[in-house]
Amino acid sequence: MGKRATREALGDEVLKLGEENKDIYVIDCDVSKSCKTLEFAKRFPDQHINVGISEQNAVGMAAGLATTGKIPFVVTYAIFGSMRAVEQIRQEVCYPNQNVKILCSHGGLTPANDGASHQCIEDMGILRTIPGMNVIMPADYTSARKLIRAASVYQGPVYLRFTRDGIPDIYEDEDHFEIGKAKCLQDGNDISIMANGDTLFIAIEAAKILAEEGISVRLYDFHTIKPLDVEAVKEAVKETGKIITVEDHNILNGLGSAVCEVVAELGQGIVRRVGVQDRFGESAPYEALLEMNGITKENICKIARELLK
Amino acid sequence: MNLKEVIKMELDKIKYLQNQAKELRKIALTMIYHAQSGHPGGSFSAADIMAALYFHYMNLDPQNPNWADRDRFVLSKGHVCPILYSALILKNMIPADEVCHLRKQGSMLQGHPDMKRCPGIDISTGSLGQGISCAVGMALAAKRDQKSYMTYTLLGDGECNEGQVWEAAQAANKYQLDNLIVFIDHNRLQNDGTADDIMPTLDLKEKFEAFGFETLRIDGHHMEEITKAIEFMLSKKNGSPKCIVCNTIKGKGVSFMENVPSWHGVAPNDQEFQQAMQELEVGI
Repeated sequence: MGKRATREALGDEVLKLGEENKDIYVIDCDVSKSCKTLEFAKRFPDQHINVGISEQNAVGMAAGLATTGKIPFVVTYAIFGSMRAVEQIRQEVCYPNQNVKILCSHGGLTPANDGASHQCIEDMGILRTIPGMNVIMPADYTSARKLIRAASVYQGPVYLRFTRDGIPDIYEDEDHFEIGKAKCLQDGNDISIMANGDTLFIAIEAAKILAEEGISVRLYDFHTIKPLDVEAVKEAVKETGKIITVEDHNILNGLGSAVCEVVAELGQGIVRRVGVQDRFGESAPYEALLEMNGITKENICKIARELLK
Repeated sequence: MNLKEVIKMELDKIKYLQNQAKELRKIALTMIYHAQSGHPGGSFSAADIMAALYFHYMNLDPQNPNWADRDRFVLSKGHVCPILYSALILKNMIPADEVCHLRKQGSMLQGHPDMKRCPGIDISTGSLGQGISCAVGMALAAKRDQKSYMTYTLLGDGECNEGQVWEAAQAANKYQLDNLIVFIDHNRLQNDGTADDIMPTLDLKEKFEAFGFETLRIDGHHMEEITKAIEFMLSKKNGSPKCIVCNTIKGKGVSFMENVPSWHGVAPNDQEFQQAMQELEVGI
């Protein structure tokens, strides 16, 4: 199985979109090499802007460009795109419902050796609380390309988060993805596992182990945490009762929290959240950081067994 | 046309714009009085600049506020929107009876400009330092699309405390936005007191110059200086973005409001309203 960073998909898909639609603009913030938009800059200089290290201005300019019918893609790291410029996103993009996309690499723990300052574990939760924002983390290269394309034709703000490091390829070219629609990878009746981003592969591995033990797992890719696929959550509760969420994000306010909101209001079902344990990371191998936070197939299996006891 | 006619035309223009500025102040104050909330001080310091832009220089189609080739205006200091709303009323871009609806529930005249509710608002603003970036985006779009519309933006001097203003200025220079004119309403007062006490502005003209702007310093209440400055900037298609630092007086036109920091964000009572309207009409 091949491994590719989803930021590669960012670079490849915007290149294709830039060719197809002259209104698509990329606004870089001096990290175009890391975010894979260098080729776009070379091929489409008239659709490219590099504002240097000034993310707030990048979002403001994107909003201004959007008023003239452009579809600006602001490209930077998750930590800066979601927090340095969050008020600009709220005021000038979400409140006036502008057609601006924020595409961020280095989401979650994959900038592992960069340390805590660059590991972004809060972004999806922060952006989820802004009215009108859509929040997405694709699980592999193929789905990343498809979801970027879907975002480009959606009218309104979208935040997309990508990995710095390679993660396993999961999907085929024929697989279909829709913003706000969870993808069911495997049907099952005993327990549901809902994951997104780089942790989907870990969830798949856990489901295999559980299958060997005779546990039937329903497995979902919740690439979109907002709008959340509420129907899929309700169905999972009704048909499996138990849910484990898995995410490369703080367990506060990410996928796990979003699922808990639905389950709590339903008054049925039980959820256990696997994710970053409300703590900062450090420079360390990616696997070690996952281990530190219990984001492992072993821990998912352990929780599943406990829930099914 | 002979020279005499040219001079008369110029004088008529100045007189007309001065009168429009007076009307703008009166409508804005009436709005704030009805709302019993709003920002008269900064609205008045910006009134003369706004009159020149909306009643002479800006190319707009009041029937079609979203006309793609219109000149853009971004009120980066969004809290002084009463003066902008007043211009839109005088331009017949919004109904005159909106004067009673400022800051009211369901109104198109929100406490800060809202492009989704109010025709003629090119972008929603209110959070300081952000509008100038949006204006830079609009001006850049014009360049890329080879359109000739201008983008104007009005900032407060207090607003220039925000770092984003200077991020935007860098980008305006990089992309050679000579189709962008930034006005600084330099009234030297901000919310908590004088700029000197709260955060000294230093020389804003020199600062913008250092960021690659073509700059002028003018009296922001002297209509001839305002019009000459705009005309000078419009004539200079030299790759430099433009900045006109306008020395102004907060609360200009009302004796008890002029240079009084507490009139930043309060509405007049009945008596103050009567007196202010009187002074605006006949002059202090």
